Amino acid sequence: MIWDKEFETLPREALEALKLKRLQDLVKRVYATVPFYKRAFDERGVKPEDIKSLDDLKILPFTTKQDLRDNYPYGLFAVPLESVVRIHASSGTTGKPTVVGYTRKDIETWAELMARALSAARVTKSDIIHNSYGYGLFTGGLGLHYGAERLGASVIPMSGGNSKKQIMIMEDFGSTILTSTPSYALSLAETAEEMGVDFKKLKLKAGLFGAEPWSEGMREEIEKKLNLSAMDLYGLSEIIGPGVAVECMEAKRGLHVFEDHFIVEVINPKTCETLPYGQRGELVFTTLTKEAFPLIRYRTRDISVLNPELCVCGRTFVRMERVSGRSDDMLIIRGVNVFPSQIESILMNIEGIEPHYLLIVDRKGTMDTLEIQVEVNERVFSDEIKNLQILGKKIEKDIKDFLGVSTMVKLVEPKTIQRSEGKAQRVIDKRKI
Amino acid sequence: MKIDQISVFLENKSGRLAKVTRVLGEAGINIRALSLADTTDFGILRLIVNDSQKAREVLKENGFTVGKTEVVAVEVEDKPGGLAGILGVLSDHDINVEYMYAFVEQSGENAIIICRFDETDKAIDVLQKNNIAILRGEKLYQF
Repeated sequence: MIWDKEFETLPREALEALKLKRLQDLVKRVYATVPFYKRAFDERGVKPEDIKSLDDLKILPFTTKQDLRDNYPYGLFAVPLESVVRIHASSGTTGKPTVVGYTRKDIETWAELMARALSAARVTKSDIIHNSYGYGLFTGGLGLHYGAERLGASVIPMSGGNSKKQIMIMEDFGSTILTSTPSYALSLAETAEEMGVDFKKLKLKAGLFGAEPWSEGMREEIEKKLNLSAMDLYGLSEIIGPGVAVECMEAKRGLHVFEDHFIVEVINPKTCETLPYGQRGELVFTTLTKEAFPLIRYRTRDISVLNPELCVCGRTFVRMERVSGRSDDMLIIRGVNVFPSQIESILMNIEGIEPHYLLIVDRKGTMDTLEIQVEVNERVFSDEIKNLQILGKKIEKDIKDFLGVSTMVKLVEPKTIQRSEGKAQRVIDKRKI
Repeated sequence: MKIDQISVFLENKSGRLAKVTRVLGEAGINIRALSLADTTDFGILRLIVNDSQKAREVLKENGFTVGKTEVVAVEVEDKPGGLAGILGVLSDHDINVEYMYAFVEQSGENAIIICRFDETDKAIDVLQKNNIAILRGEKLYQF
């Protein structure tokens, strides 16, 4: 189902023209209203009039997370605060969070984009959306909420946490759609199992999951355990929140980027050069229509690849592959680049292994070590030591074969790895460098 | 002829074994025999209890990973060479013992060996044909 047929299926040529027009307007706007961008343009000798084609995007400066921090809290806002109706902030695991603002029109745009995203998962106004994304500074909860209301569905503003109550409400209210982080969806599955609630008896038919990288294996696990169709939803607060890109139920292969509002590029994170379609690199977004917090070429650190092939669903937007990792959560273990999501994919391919794991990086002498904690459940447990040792060795071997890095698997008791109610913490880096 | 044995996965950290025994004690479950196999990181506790069904339930409720295996309780004369004779018979028939542990009956003159075989049915068959006494579950659970 396509929410905004006119724009979502716009012929490429018309779409490119629209993008260019909007880019030119954006560049003029930020140059005039955001001192940071005026300075950055001037330093490069770039004038707003220099943008004559979409290809000229290349001459524009990048914006990084550090720039956002340096301008904390309101330095990059392009409108006076009296025009701002909402402020969100991204979870700052290190130091200050990054602050984003929305005008009334931005909130409207966001609701429209989320309505598009929900429609792509075939959500309709007769659905009951169980929204377990956190409400608060995090954009997930309210982003989903406004989109659900725009669509006309009934939205239950659960937020994260209190899992037993979540299951009870899912059961009693007849929730048909679940929205949460993928790791929390699995945590809910465990709670339901403990409570003796069978997902086959619930009315859930689909879920939209995002806000953290997850693997295809984890999707299968979620679909099996929660008995629903799991769709990938992409977004980040700096760009707008959830609703930047979404999978369509028709193809379920790659996420359509809402290109009439965001220009997406993939760059080589080291050289910063723009890469052609089909090559993997860091996603970079330019917000075309946002008023309060427009960004030029924002480096997301998310690693993906773009696919321009026309999709069976009829949307003309380019698709990005599921985010395979973040250039900043990439671990370098004895010189080998390792993404937690790669390890997750390998674990998910081993029969019986739970999708809960923890990576502990340490340094013994001059050697980096990577310990992988995996929970022992009844499916993999044995009364014989050797069978468990074989399991550990198999995981170590699979990882060595695929990633070329030696690891130590540590089998731990069930539920000892912390369950997240928001974004999962997968890595503990104890190295002091 | 077969005995229910439960096994519990334990991480090598203090207090885990104490927790298992406390949970079982509070549920009124009596441990008849046990053995603990360990590696540097983890251990497997194997138990024969008077009510294995209930033991599994309470341990699971307390978050432990619990398995159930069928083992054989063999009576061995409590004298030099008693065990060697039995193992000789098994070896002659190519039956492999995965692991075993022993305890001595309070009353009798016999020791009881709990054996985990790779082929349990075949082992029972061989033991019986060689007139080696196998303890029935009910008897073992009730001691």
